[in-house]
Amino acid sequence: MNDAPIIQIQNLHKVYQVGKVGVPALRGVDLNVARGEFIAIVGPSGSGKSTLFHIIGGLTPPSQGSIVLDGHDLSHLTDAGRTQLRKRTVGFVFQKFNLLPNLTARDNIAVARFIAGINGKPDAKFEEILRTLGIQDRLDHKPNALSGGEQQRVAIARAIVNHPAILLADEPTGNLDTANSTAVLEILGDLNKRTGQTILMITHNPEAAAYAQRTVHMRDGKIIERT
Amino acid sequence: MTLKLVIENVKHKPMRSFLSILVIAVPVAGLLTLVGLSRGMLNDAEHRARGSGADIMVRGKDSNAALSASTATLSPKFLDYFATLPHVVATMGVVTHSIETLLTVNGVDLKDVDKLNPIHYVAGGGFQGDYDILIDQYYAKQKKKKVGDTMEFMNKSWRISGIFEGGQLTHILAPLKTLQELDETNGKFTLIYLKLDNPANTQTVIEELEKTMKGYPIWSMEDFATRIEASVNQQGLNEFIGVIVGIGVVIGFGVVCLSMYMAVLQRTREIGILKSLGGSKGFILRIIWMEALFLGAGGTLLGIALSIGARYLIQTLKPATFQVEIVYSWWILSGIITLAGASLGALYPGLSAASHDAIEALAYE
Repeated sequence: MNDAPIIQIQNLHKVYQVGKVGVPALRGVDLNVARGEFIAIVGPSGSGKSTLFHIIGGLTPPSQGSIVLDGHDLSHLTDAGRTQLRKRTVGFVFQKFNLLPNLTARDNIAVARFIAGINGKPDAKFEEILRTLGIQDRLDHKPNALSGGEQQRVAIARAIVNHPAILLADEPTGNLDTANSTAVLEILGDLNKRTGQTILMITHNPEAAAYAQRTVHMRDGKIIERT
Repeated sequence: MTLKLVIENVKHKPMRSFLSILVIAVPVAGLLTLVGLSRGMLNDAEHRARGSGADIMVRGKDSNAALSASTATLSPKFLDYFATLPHVVATMGVVTHSIETLLTVNGVDLKDVDKLNPIHYVAGGGFQGDYDILIDQYYAKQKKKKVGDTMEFMNKSWRISGIFEGGQLTHILAPLKTLQELDETNGKFTLIYLKLDNPANTQTVIEELEKTMKGYPIWSMEDFATRIEASVNQQGLNEFIGVIVGIGVVIGFGVVCLSMYMAVLQRTREIGILKSLGGSKGFILRIIWMEALFLGAGGTLLGIALSIGARYLIQTLKPATFQVEIVYSWWILSGIITLAGASLGALYPGLSAASHDAIEALAYE
């Protein structure tokens, strides 16, 4: 087992160009995340947590600084390189579930494997996770026939089907009622405990953050507190 | 999986997909009908010329175009001259008169027709009076006529004395003398057919005729078919087909471009999702392109079906005036043309989708 942090971030800056004006979203973030850790990132709107999420997920490049993800230095990756990274190294869970509406739950999961270039059926470990998620009998339904909680569980299944090094969850309970929120958070916690899945979760909700082992507080593009 | 994505996308907006396919299908159907019509008309003219039983055709000097309904300029003395030539066993002078678009009546002497290729009657028989006519079964079907009925043309009323099998000379035969009088041809003919003792002597006889009849169009029946095609082509048919092909490509391009552009707009978020999963630009472009090809292929198939329907309608309503053939090679050609148009049309929306920023796409409502 490699003991090096799975995420190593040093002096990370991101400046968005809005017209001719540069708007700083991150102003020197340093963060290390150990393999198998469950971290919550909390902060008000505009604190830079979503930007950090997008950079770690390889959706946008940093403006300055260093970010190494499971041995891949993202600051030197091209767009194509970051696309490649998203196939297997990171998995996303979004607030709005973001399932493909035309495909069944099963195909939503299968499409992630297809894009990653993995053929054949998911392995036994994943089948066990599906049982834990409790969606086996809902796999042949399209998203519009699933409840919010079911959709989010399908999204989690899709995010981890390729066994990514890091699971990134952006407000995963933001669109769910209390019962479903609890269920999803317990699933994430269970996933972390049972499989050692590294999870980085953005949330506004202190109760949700409580499921994580560590919480990072952000404000104005900086980490202001670690608890 | 890519195919599944494409099919599910097409199914997701069935009306948009159907309308796109329909609009692509219309020029395909038009193209196939036009090509089928031109091929059918040419083959029918060729078939009927061969059905005359003649080996050589001589036309008047001023009748350059093979399909023209020219005035009668060939003197009846030519009949006597042709009869003296070696290998010529029968002659037939014919006067043609156009009575409607693409339809002529031929003035013939039935005794001469029988010497070349006897008429096979389906009903009735030969001329009983000066204003009797024979019509073929296709024209009878088109006009819903039977023996004993009358028809009006050339300001005269004509009685149908017989209906014959199609594929011989023309759709309407009238007594030669009557037509010559009505056209005031002074006994002259529009064209003269020669039947030889052996078709192998055709070239020999033509060479002999060309020595004495300089400037007269003298063709073997084989050559006539080629000249019909050349004549039709001279009238711009190929250019017209080219224009229809161009319209097909432009419509295929335009429809697919608009349709896929709308689809890309509607699916901005889905494109973001695919990108978040690691979908490359090439993958996104491939999905859009395959969907465009799907629409193009659907348009081609529907166009083929529509052209078959158009052919059925034409052959039911105007079997004598228009002959439409199914030209299978053009099914493939029209498919290639449509898919080329669709591929071009998919390019801009595809590249636009591929270049979407993943974060913006995911935030799209």
